[in-house]
Amino acid sequence: MPSIEQEIRSFIVGQFLLGDESSLHNDDSFLEKGTFDSTGILELVSFLEQKYQIELQPDELIPENLDSVNCLVHFLQRRVPALAVAQAQVQR
Amino acid sequence: MQPTLAISQNALHLDAAAETDRITAAIREAVGQQLRCKGAVVGVSGGIDSSVVAFLCARALGSDRVFVLFTPEADSSPESLRLGRLVANQLGVESRLEDIAPILISAGCYERRDAAIRLVVPEYGPDWKSKIVLPDLLSSGRYPIFSIIVQSPAGVQKCVRLTADAYLGILAATNLKQRTRKMIEYYYADLKHYAVAGTPNRLEYDQGFFVKYGDGAADFKPIAHLYKSQVFQLAAYLGVPEEIQRRVPTTDTYSLAQSQEEFYFSLPLDKMDLCLYGKNNNVPASAIATAVGISEAQVERVYSMIEAKRNATRSLHLAPVLMAPIPEIK
Repeated sequence: MPSIEQEIRSFIVGQFLLGDESSLHNDDSFLEKGTFDSTGILELVSFLEQKYQIELQPDELIPENLDSVNCLVHFLQRRVPALAVAQAQVQR
Repeated sequence: MQPTLAISQNALHLDAAAETDRITAAIREAVGQQLRCKGAVVGVSGGIDSSVVAFLCARALGSDRVFVLFTPEADSSPESLRLGRLVANQLGVESRLEDIAPILISAGCYERRDAAIRLVVPEYGPDWKSKIVLPDLLSSGRYPIFSIIVQSPAGVQKCVRLTADAYLGILAATNLKQRTRKMIEYYYADLKHYAVAGTPNRLEYDQGFFVKYGDGAADFKPIAHLYKSQVFQLAAYLGVPEEIQRRVPTTDTYSLAQSQEEFYFSLPLDKMDLCLYGKNNNVPASAIATAVGISEAQVERVYSMIEAKRNATRSLHLAPVLMAPIPEIK
């Protein structure tokens, strides 16, 4: 079972970086790096909602939650507690 | 040491007579010498920008060398055509009405757009109306995520956040409008051996508020260096009809009335002007905050939105990228 981090990285690299895995660091700010534009944010939100079966609320759509791989992992672990538990089991 | 700047709308004041002389000389040079054309085609929407461009072209080239085109479609406000005709009549230039709705219907513009809207609003039908909006980006740190406001035939409105597929589908279909308009403009340009005038102002040009090869396509752009407030100053000097000067800027692209700040800027245009001026001239956010009447943190947010939008739309300004240089062609 891939980790959340792997799932997020795979999505970002595949959708926005033409498959170039090496150019993405987990603490890179998507905004500062220009990784994607406002359409890309829509794609990211759709991905999160479909993949993790959640409905994101307007006040959750902020850079603090979504602006890097690390932000996303932490946000998802808070937002979907079951994911954090599953993640912990994967890491054991 | 640089003196502290007292920033106000006066920062954007220009000598309208001198600027008109400078631009008209530049239009003559561009059309006659660089482009080697006999006149100019101007698509006039009834808005302030295209009206000012038509007035400048008529002053530069003469009324008999300006051809004004009206290209309404199914979602255009009838006001746009009426105001556009005012411009043509006042200038005494040749004009033509080309209703582009039949072309757009044939191209599937409305059908494709409605199908994209139905991805998020399944009940959306042909009698419904819609517009795309952004959240208030100043009062929150939220991403600029587009939503659509739909209105049923009974007048009931609702707002739904767009998915990427829906947004891109609506955008791609809607952009057919601007590209069709430009196609017709170039038809007349070819027919008369005229050049096509573009009508973006500085905000639009800088922030990529145009469709590539649509309204972004032109042979020359007479007011692309002018802030919106400066365009209004020129309009007053040139004698653009007052109704047009008073009209609230609109995209006139969606079936529900949509202001430009709703779609793109999130700030009234005069305030956005000052923020852009401040960013371009390294004015501290605190000085702009006082002039605009928003907080310093909000100005900082606008400054970063401006930069982000520049980055996101940089490719709109690019010519096709070649895989090897062709030095003979510059």
